[in-house]
Amino acid sequence: MGMFSLFDIAGSAMTAQSQRLSTIASNLANVDSSTSADGRPYRSRQVVFQVQALQDLRPSRRVAAGAIGLPQPEGAAGVRVARVVESEAPFRKVYQPGHPQADANGMVTYPNVDPVEEMTNMIAASRAYQFNAEVVNTSRTLLQRTLEIGR
Amino acid sequence: MNSINDKIDAYGASLKLRAQRQQLLASNIANADTPGYKAVDFDFAAALNRATVSRLGLANTRSGHLPGRGGSLAGVDIKYRIPAQDAIDGNTVEIDREVSLFTQNALAYQARAQFLGDAIRQMRTAITGQG
Repeated sequence: MGMFSLFDIAGSAMTAQSQRLSTIASNLANVDSSTSADGRPYRSRQVVFQVQALQDLRPSRRVAAGAIGLPQPEGAAGVRVARVVESEAPFRKVYQPGHPQADANGMVTYPNVDPVEEMTNMIAASRAYQFNAEVVNTSRTLLQRTLEIGR
Repeated sequence: MNSINDKIDAYGASLKLRAQRQQLLASNIANADTPGYKAVDFDFAAALNRATVSRLGLANTRSGHLPGRGGSLAGVDIKYRIPAQDAIDGNTVEIDREVSLFTQNALAYQARAQFLGDAIRQMRTAITGQG
């Protein structure tokens, strides 16, 4: 049954990486949002990844394996997004006296999103996603070959 | 005939270990960006050796007993990989290495699956007496 859990592992990574991509998209979209829902400028967000044990990826797997006395797979693990953290970096201040949100000195507070950092992060996330999509493809081929044994 | 049996056993053990290794390598790829994750793997040759060569065996107390064999697949020794370069977040996955090992392991798996299929076909030929 080992082959099937490959889909769980790579799938968890693809989910986590696409969540990372959404966060980056949100950061880039709000690069100039000087107000958010709470009235303060938008804060840059980052996901935090965490190792997730294989049996927690699909709880039914643990129950099924336990019922027929199968050993739990060890060593292999998926990944999940543990939490999303907001950046504590200082906000960007721009001198725009005519802006409706300008303070007494004519400064407007903009989000602490660093577009360069976001772009590099985006490339890393999309590469990681591609690697895991490749894992899914390879696993599919392997399972197919396994089904054809002895034909 | 016994040699075909031996082949099927050996290929089966090899397939099982390859599948297990594939899982570990997939975990490494999945956790390439997880802080603190340590890449894992096992020595395939040693594990296969343990599973096929050093059989526990069964005692033949009567002349009619067939030689038994008890290879063990339970004892896979999972170890942490030693990275060529440390990452600042404590992660030891080197993605290029993991991906190349993953591809290599997948090919080896396919080869063993092919050989196993051939051995089974051979057996079938021996049983039916016709190719």
